[in-house]
Amino acid sequence: MSGLQIDALQIDRAGIAMARLTAHIPRGQVLSVMGPSGSGKSTLLAALIGALPPEFTVTGRVSLNGRAVMGLATQDRRIGLLYQDDVLFPHLSVAQNLGFGLRAGGSKAERMARIDSMLARIGLAGYGPRDPATLSGGQRARVALARTLLAEPEALLLDEPFARLDQALRAQIRELVFALAKDLPVILVTHDPEDARAAGGPVVDPMGSPLAL
Amino acid sequence: MSLTVRPLALAPWALGLGLALPIAAGLAGTLAPALTGGGFQSLVDWPGLPRAMALSLGTGLVSTILSLAITALLIGCLHDTRGFSMLRRALSPLLSLPHAAAALGLAFLIAPSGWIARALSPWATGWTDPPDLLILNDPMGLALTAGLVTKEVPFLLLIALSVLPQTDAPRRAEIAAGLGYGRAMGFALATFPALYRSLRLPVFAVLAYGMTNVDMALILGPSLPPPLAVQVADWMADPRLARLPTAAAGAVVQLALVVAAIALWLGAERLAAPLVPGLALRGWRGRVLDAPMAALARASGLTIALGLGAGMAGLTLWSFAGLWPFPAALPDSLTLKTWAKAAPDLTATSLTTLAIALAASLAALALTLATLEAETRRGRPLRLEGLIYLPLILPQIAFLPGLQVLALVLGAKGSAATVAAAHLVFVLPYVWLSLAPAFRAWDDRIGLTAAAMGASPGRIFWRLRLPMLLAPLLTALAVGIAVSVGQYLPSLMLGGGRVETLTTEAVALASGGNRRLIGAVALMQMALPALGFGLAVALPRLAFANRRALLAERRAP
Repeated sequence: MSGLQIDALQIDRAGIAMARLTAHIPRGQVLSVMGPSGSGKSTLLAALIGALPPEFTVTGRVSLNGRAVMGLATQDRRIGLLYQDDVLFPHLSVAQNLGFGLRAGGSKAERMARIDSMLARIGLAGYGPRDPATLSGGQRARVALARTLLAEPEALLLDEPFARLDQALRAQIRELVFALAKDLPVILVTHDPEDARAAGGPVVDPMGSPLAL
Repeated sequence: MSLTVRPLALAPWALGLGLALPIAAGLAGTLAPALTGGGFQSLVDWPGLPRAMALSLGTGLVSTILSLAITALLIGCLHDTRGFSMLRRALSPLLSLPHAAAALGLAFLIAPSGWIARALSPWATGWTDPPDLLILNDPMGLALTAGLVTKEVPFLLLIALSVLPQTDAPRRAEIAAGLGYGRAMGFALATFPALYRSLRLPVFAVLAYGMTNVDMALILGPSLPPPLAVQVADWMADPRLARLPTAAAGAVVQLALVVAAIALWLGAERLAAPLVPGLALRGWRGRVLDAPMAALARASGLTIALGLGAGMAGLTLWSFAGLWPFPAALPDSLTLKTWAKAAPDLTATSLTTLAIALAASLAALALTLATLEAETRRGRPLRLEGLIYLPLILPQIAFLPGLQVLALVLGAKGSAATVAAAHLVFVLPYVWLSLAPAFRAWDDRIGLTAAAMGASPGRIFWRLRLPMLLAPLLTALAVGIAVSVGQYLPSLMLGGGRVETLTTEAVALASGGNRRLIGAVALMQMALPALGFGLAVALPRLAFANRRALLAERRAP
């Protein structure tokens, strides 16, 4: 089955359920998980990405385009991740950051061409040699998104990716994210109803209950 | 997971055994001849024993108490003042100053024919010849104590400053001041107890070092009898090891003495502990203390910085001095003669020293990195701190005789590789303590973001973590080089007279009168660590000239 299929996923800590989810997210749909901070949203993302601290236990099945992923290491899951901070690698240039994300293979020229065309798509043509620290917040967010997508993930997890941006920028980046990820199943974790509304998909709380906006 | 993970999981074991094995083997190798060869009898028969023990205990305890007191005074009375940041900047580089060089510099300063006497003669003292005073190598060990204090205050001060943020010091100081307490009193009651808790292990290291060091004691300390550790090293110096049982027994007694001193210190801690709450209960604000305490702090800080600074200047000047007759404050002329004459030997010795230092530091860095990376992939913290501190607290003289015997038996004595291996035991703790905080503080989300893009743990380590940690990595390497260059006893005992390092050379020259040559060797001894730290600052700036975030991180602390 295509898309992200989550069956009875449950994360416990010391015998207490922290998060619970059953959902099917087809390509192009955004599932929003909404709740206050500390409500287990980030735990849910950590479980999906394969980075739960050892004190948590996780049960349930997750498959991505028909591939069971829960037994896989993070780097084999092909699930992309975007944080509220852009987490650009500070010792690499913008182009090198994108190159790090771009899947291996192809000649150097082909790789450079793909990086350049991605830079153009996010409106940052010519920014390749720049030091990431010299970019604005919105530009950095766009580079982080581009880097994630160049790794050709089959699903995308967004951990409050717009929280650090100011109002005007937020709508613009949000639009770009959803436009570029339109062929992927996406899970958006947020505490902002505006984000969930803009995502346009179903909205649940960290225990999996549907929420009305 | 992948195949690369498994050998890495052995790294913590390699590191732990790399520290524990030589220490255990050395202790066993020291204890055995002491018990079997009638060593204790001949040790007791040595008439100098009581005084040698008293000197070890006295110079060690007094220098530790003074160093701790001055450190507390400096932080309590001067922290956050302009003078303090100047002092900090002056003292930080001095941390890399080898003990022997510091001792030689001080000796050149306070000797009867030293700079201080010259500056005051003949106009104030009337001396036209060096006076016949026993200032250096005085029988009470005062010069040695002074030397130890000047070298240990920078060490304790920088460690104290690094743990100070954990004590929430500024808020505690504000609250105490808000309640009307004087600065010194507020610090003593509100901040010092928490600070001291983090300083305990370093203080024990200072105590053990003060009681058992050999190189400073040879240069500044009394000689008939010398402190016990010096005598043990002297007994071990016999190439046929004729006095091995006596030396081994002396090493065991020295170890017991250090354990006793630490026990004594712990007892004193118990006795002193009620003082703070007792004073707090009285509620005395102690504001009259502030002015005299601050003056005392300034005076002691200045004395140490000037003492070390003038000592280094003196060494430098002597190495370039032409004729420099006694009461003259400056040499008649400057010349390169000393350097030209010493150049061939000095180059060879410097290269040996550098090769040993690089080998030991790079090995220590590799072990530290592998262990820390294994910890990362394991996902749970490793508890190695107790073991790491062991070589710093356990006196070198207690287990090096055993290692020396072992090296002799294995036929490994007298090679530079053996010396480097012995240095590793002492370099490793400092490299670990220097690198581990930065390595562990690395933002995990960077690694996770990369893993989500498909990067393997190896790729994350080599392409992201290592380059981002370039600055602390190079600093740790420089620390390792400085520690190795400064090692005296391991080089002497395992080198067996065949491996000459700058430090063994400097100490060997100290008893002779060739000040020009001493100056040149000591200057090289200072130059190697300084070069290391210089590169550790310069290279990241060069590599990240166009990477603002990394340079900002560098500047922040």
